[in-house]
Amino acid sequence: MTIIEVQNEIVEEFSMLSEWMDRYSLLIELGNELEGFHEEHRTDQNLIEGCQSRVWLYAREEGGKIYFEADSDAIIVKGIVALLIRVMNGRTPSELLESELFFIDKISLKEHLSPTRSNGLVAMVKQMKMFALAYKTKMENQ
Amino acid sequence: MSYSIESVRKDFPILSRSVNGRPLVYFDNGATSQTPIPVVEAMNRVYYEYNSNIHRGVHTLSNIGTEAFENVRKQVAGFINAAKVEEVIFTKGTTESINLLAYSFGESFLKAGDEIIISGMEHHSNIVPWHLLQKRKNIIIRVIPVLDDGSLDMEAYKALLSDKTKLLSITHVSNVLGTINPVKEMVELAHKYSVPVLIDGAQGIHHEEVDVQDLDCDFYVFSGHKMYGPTGTGVLYGKEKWLTEMEPWQGGGEMIKTVTLEKSTFNDIPYKFEAGTPDYVGVIGLGAAIDYINGIGLDAIREYERELYTYAFDRLSSISKLTIYGTAPHRGSLISFLLKDIHPFDAGTLLDKMGIAVRTGHHCAQPLMDRFSIPGTVRASFGLYNTKEEVDILIDGLAKVRQLFA
Repeated sequence: MTIIEVQNEIVEEFSMLSEWMDRYSLLIELGNELEGFHEEHRTDQNLIEGCQSRVWLYAREEGGKIYFEADSDAIIVKGIVALLIRVMNGRTPSELLESELFFIDKISLKEHLSPTRSNGLVAMVKQMKMFALAYKTKMENQ
Repeated sequence: MSYSIESVRKDFPILSRSVNGRPLVYFDNGATSQTPIPVVEAMNRVYYEYNSNIHRGVHTLSNIGTEAFENVRKQVAGFINAAKVEEVIFTKGTTESINLLAYSFGESFLKAGDEIIISGMEHHSNIVPWHLLQKRKNIIIRVIPVLDDGSLDMEAYKALLSDKTKLLSITHVSNVLGTINPVKEMVELAHKYSVPVLIDGAQGIHHEEVDVQDLDCDFYVFSGHKMYGPTGTGVLYGKEKWLTEMEPWQGGGEMIKTVTLEKSTFNDIPYKFEAGTPDYVGVIGLGAAIDYINGIGLDAIREYERELYTYAFDRLSSISKLTIYGTAPHRGSLISFLLKDIHPFDAGTLLDKMGIAVRTGHHCAQPLMDRFSIPGTVRASFGLYNTKEEVDILIDGLAKVRQLFA
């Protein structure tokens, strides 16, 4: 599935939940279920410091695609992180760089990607694209 | 002594709005209190009827404005019982007041190796200005530890005082723990060593009775926007003997006596510390806020808030798996807590969905968070218009948060 298709899928899943409590319930569930973060990556270097909560993001490249591991100390943030990984994981650098994230807005979670929320998510999305740019440059120079 | 909560709430139009489809419950008064109609109207009147730069003009509007502005200085002096009106300096808030002092007091009275004392429960604005001074002047910062219940270690404080101590800078009421520090006693102890005392009254001024002569503090600073006044206003009270001796902080218009291209001589206090056009509109609003508080009566407000605080504390205490931070014998106005295993950001986000405004995070007091080994807290802080019904809504809201995490 393309980045757009995965986003549409998420929008559809959330569209069935009209109550905010159900949407946040799902986010909390996704946050609790997010696995795959290796403890050795919980370093200051991988830390994206928000004023309110913290996010750790680690990226690696394999076969021309980028894979992410991430964690947060706040579960709602972690739930959104889980969604971001679902959309962005296993993509080529070009796909990531060209991607436009519209699903957050469409599932009424836009407030969490506003810079004033200082939860680390805005910086995380930026950092994901930075990784993509760095790997892209690296691949082109090889 | 009591007041009609219904009629008071009508003075604050914002309280009748809804947030996320629910009636607003505003428990973030420790950060910014809401503004009553008379304060907004007082500022409107400046803009509509007599707006013009104060102090400098010979024309009528300027004179009306100057008189209104200087009347607020008298009002503030009365509110805190300053001995002299000139001891009241207008700033843009507590933070600016402390920065001004760190600069001016530091320049005039501190040298390398001198010690100042702060505490482990200070807001960043009573830490960082001293760090900056430490860089400039190589002073030493000593810290009074915080005990488990959130009170200050007074024995440690006594042991820190010495001939090397040149200033004690301490918060009146903790913005995280609600602890009301024994400032009068602390001033007495400091003065035995001839150590002047700065009290950060940002959380104290509107909840506690502040009589600077009775406290005998050398400086007392606070903000307008936490006492139902406009944002961008603040006060630095200082004893005349210090202010007169202190170097000015910022240079500009109004603060000078004479200027040649080679040198300036400075105006007398308070003007020496009020360079440039002050926020006279805001200050006039602050005057209206003091009128508003006096109109209800600070004693009545304190009594009402104390009852509300006790009710909230008892109800929060009864929730299992909820920890309150700050249980010192003397405390009030705000309560910090954590629900077990729930990050404050998550709790705050979900409460917001229910129309409840609380503050979450480290409250600009990271050293205190480190002291208790927590990432932050959820803080409910109360104002004169909050009600027990709103506390009940918070309690129900917390139950819902818990349910979502179950």
